[in-house]
Amino acid sequence: MTTLAARYRRFAALRLWLLAAMAVVLCATLALDLATGPSGLPFADVVAGLLRPAGLPVEQRVILWEVRLPYAVMALLVGASLGLAGAEMQTALNNPLASPFTLGLSAAAAVGASIAVVGGFTLMAFGENLAVPLSAFVCAAAATLLIQLLAWRYGATVDTVVLFGIALLFSFEALLWLMQFIADSNALQQIVFWTMGSLARATWNKIGLVAAVLLLCALWSAKNAWPLTALRAGEDQARSFGIAVERLRLVTLLRVSLLAATALSFVGTIGFVGLVGPHIARLLLGEDHRYYLPGAALAGALMLSGASILSKTLVPGVVLPIGIITALVGVPMFMALVLSRRRGA
Amino acid sequence: MSEGLELRRLSAGYPRRPVLEGLDLERIAPGTLVALVGPNAVGKSTLLKAIAGLRPVRGQVLLDGTDLATLTPRERLRRVGYLPQALPQATSLVAYEAMLSALRASRADWSTAQAEAAIARVFATLGLDALALRPLGELSGGQRQMIGLAQVLVRAPRLLLLDEPTSALDLRWQLQVLQAVRAQVAEGRTLAVIAVHDLNLALRFCDRIVVLGQGRVLAAGHPAEVLTPALLQAAYGVRARVERCSLGHPLVLADEAISPTHDFP
Repeated sequence: MTTLAARYRRFAALRLWLLAAMAVVLCATLALDLATGPSGLPFADVVAGLLRPAGLPVEQRVILWEVRLPYAVMALLVGASLGLAGAEMQTALNNPLASPFTLGLSAAAAVGASIAVVGGFTLMAFGENLAVPLSAFVCAAAATLLIQLLAWRYGATVDTVVLFGIALLFSFEALLWLMQFIADSNALQQIVFWTMGSLARATWNKIGLVAAVLLLCALWSAKNAWPLTALRAGEDQARSFGIAVERLRLVTLLRVSLLAATALSFVGTIGFVGLVGPHIARLLLGEDHRYYLPGAALAGALMLSGASILSKTLVPGVVLPIGIITALVGVPMFMALVLSRRRGA
Repeated sequence: MSEGLELRRLSAGYPRRPVLEGLDLERIAPGTLVALVGPNAVGKSTLLKAIAGLRPVRGQVLLDGTDLATLTPRERLRRVGYLPQALPQATSLVAYEAMLSALRASRADWSTAQAEAAIARVFATLGLDALALRPLGELSGGQRQMIGLAQVLVRAPRLLLLDEPTSALDLRWQLQVLQAVRAQVAEGRTLAVIAVHDLNLALRFCDRIVVLGQGRVLAAGHPAEVLTPALLQAAYGVRARVERCSLGHPLVLADEAISPTHDFP
């Protein structure tokens, strides 16, 4: 007779296969993303250029290594960061509608970016002006710290944190409108473009930083996979196992903020990935966080990689801001997910 | 060493509304199943949380002579298994993973084989094998309550504190739960305190009963001796009889609420 443990191991193995399948599909979308763009670059040349860069003509090498590859890798990393951040936030706040937007992090980052744009700040490092992403990061981090401080002072219950987040969201949106109101036409254009989200700002230095933060946070959240899984069975249950729920929530939100603020500061506002990615992972892999967290990161990466391809192919010869694509594709996708769950219920 | 549970001058509650004030409970030996009863809002849940260390208290909770306040929260909850009144959430987590997470969070020292054997044993005892790979969101309230109980039992704590463990269960499962707890207690190492409203379950299964009222212990002892019409009137504000069924077991029959002698505290 098959033991219960053996039955579960088979069940868990299926999830590992699903994760592997998601990774394979992600490799395929990455390849497709690299082969897509306004300038014609045959797929065979892309593969050859990746394996032996010196073999390509200079123009094609620049297109591949300085434009398409950073663009595609950044899509993957930012998507994974937002997917992971959304998944952890939905668990920590016990709310399927939570995402980096819920706590006003995206709005705070946009305010930070607009302050740097309107103020005309420059901060040269690694051959780049990092004033805008740095200011975006500082504002998002400040918003996080403010929520942490308030939650720590008044008790980190789910309701308290969500209410603070919503209050901050509206405050930062008002500040963003104020910055747009006082901006000159050039600055206004830059702010509007930033809030649409774009991968065109990707460089290898920025990719390195986003990758390092993602790796750090992924390892950190893996360490918390069991307590977070226990939390899904219920807050009172988790407490009864000896888990310090409030502390776990604050630490998780800190990690989420670090992930989201870093990703958003380099690419601007990108919606729906942090919301929909976790739902896809939950449908495919359940909520054991050993599978759910990597699944949400892969789903987020897949979504943004797919959106990157669409942004280059929807209007021939034009690269649309990716934030527009994620919202346009994300909304019907989210509705389809919700409706499919209703039908399945 | 004085084995068992003892409470000394225990006070707990809310900043402006103390619920328990200077409550004393004589030592209860291991191998005892205790029913904690009393009207709504009298402090049954508060007392269980206070013993588990999930609510700040004044006074002492002694388990096997050790003041539990001297232990770290994690060490305390390793010895004390607390089942909250709230049911496990209806999520996509499958029942087996809910069990694994409970063990990994509280008994990280157990090997995988130990954890798997413990889960298999508890699922078999409670008759939950068929639910093991089903998401909690697909289970009924009663089934989720059973999974919640299994999460507590699987950790094999010294002291079980169960807050209304049968509130969502039908007759058969109520008996199954009480029989399982009874069996675990009968092994001699475990001591269980269950908060219940059904006095007949307490009469049938429990060795001792503790009746709470006005922030203290109104009465404690053998259920059949403690549950008298006078006590039921004083504790609940009801006119009631205690009679014997055809098998000779005592039964509480409540006839009439006597208003307004009993009110919410």
